[in-house]
This record gives sequence, C-alpha cells and structure tokens, in this order.
Amino acid sequence: MKIEIYGTGCAKCKKLFENAQAAAGSDALVSKVEDIQQIMNAGVMLTPAIAIDGEVKSAGKVLSVDEIKKMISK
Amino acid sequence: MANECCSGTTTVLFTCSGAANVGQVANQAAVDLQQEGIGKMLCLAGIGSHNSGMIASGKGADRVVGIDGCTVACTKKALEHAEVPMTDYVVVTGLGFKKQAHDGVVDKEAVEKVKDEIKKCLGPVVASGGT
Repeated sequence: MKIEIYGTGCAKCKKLFENAQAAAGSDALVSKVEDIQQIMNAGVMLTPAIAIDGEVKSAGKVLSVDEIKKMISK
Repeated sequence: MANECCSGTTTVLFTCSGAANVGQVANQAAVDLQQEGIGKMLCLAGIGSHNSGMIASGKGADRVVGIDGCTVACTKKALEHAEVPMTDYVVVTGLGFKKQAHDGVVDKEAVEKVKDEIKKCLGPVVASGGT
C-alpha cells in the first residue's frame, strides 16, 4: 500500500504525515508530496491531503491515527 | 490555492461555466470573487470527471458555494452526485437575467449582482476576511 501526504510543509501537513506513519505501521510506504505543481496536478486544492494508492481520500483536514486506520482498512 | 497551506475558514467556489451567457456570467463572478480573496475556485469539471483530489478538496472546505447559470442546475447536480455538500447557492436566471446564446460579451451588471448575492450569503465569512 502506498500513502501520500500532500502539503507544502506546514505544521498540519507534518502532523498528518506523522499520523499516517503511525496508522500504517510497516504495512505501507508513506511519503510526502511537497511540490506545489504535483499537489495541484493531483487536483488537491486544500492541504493537507492524504491519498491511498493514488486516490485522494481527504483534503483540508488533519485526520487522526484512528481515522486513517479506518480509511486503510476499507 | 493549495499553496495557501492550512488556512483558517475555507470557502470554495464551483461554477457551471456553461456555454450560454448566464454560464459565462457565473464563471466570471467566481473569477472576480477569487481575485477579491473571497473563496477559491475549484473545477466543476474535476468533479464531473471524478477527480479524487478535487472531490476531497470540495468535501474538506468549510463553505461550498455553487453558482449555476440556469435552472438546469449542473453545478448543483454534479456536487450532489459527488456528495460534496453545498452550503450556499446562486442561480443567475433566478436573479432576473435571461438565458440566451453567449455573444462574447459578459454582462457586467449580472456579474456584480451574482457577486453581491454570494457576498450576502457569506456575510460573516467575508467580513472576517476568511476565505
């Protein structure tokens, strides 16, 4: 599984990245996408955003570890 | 835009941008509002094409403004289909403007009236400077 966190590097983006890492454990590769062009090319207009296997699941919110776990298990 | 990272209240604007005169009025109103710092335009075509980033961005906003040119209501229906909850809605023909073929000139009076309606809807958000 591949998880991407979209954000230009603010505190909320970093928090979402940490939460995603905690939620995924060793089951997924969690990476950051900080390049504004890549963020916009993904259609993401509000950050932070999270994509799982290429599909953006949430934007503009810092999801908790539990919320991300639920998202991953779907 | 996405580079306005983690801002406060977020208002997004979806507009039909249709081929008729009223669609072009709707689009121009959204362009102007964004220029004035009142909301961010998001692509309705992105909603129609099921772009997950655009849909998630719509769902993540605090205020979702829909602007339709006419009662065919493509903006409203597209947002409903994608389950993006619209909080504020304006229809250009509902403000007394007639739908007809676009002759290349956008009706500035209509644009201003649409903008005024949206500003009224957003009242406290506009006053606080939140977008």
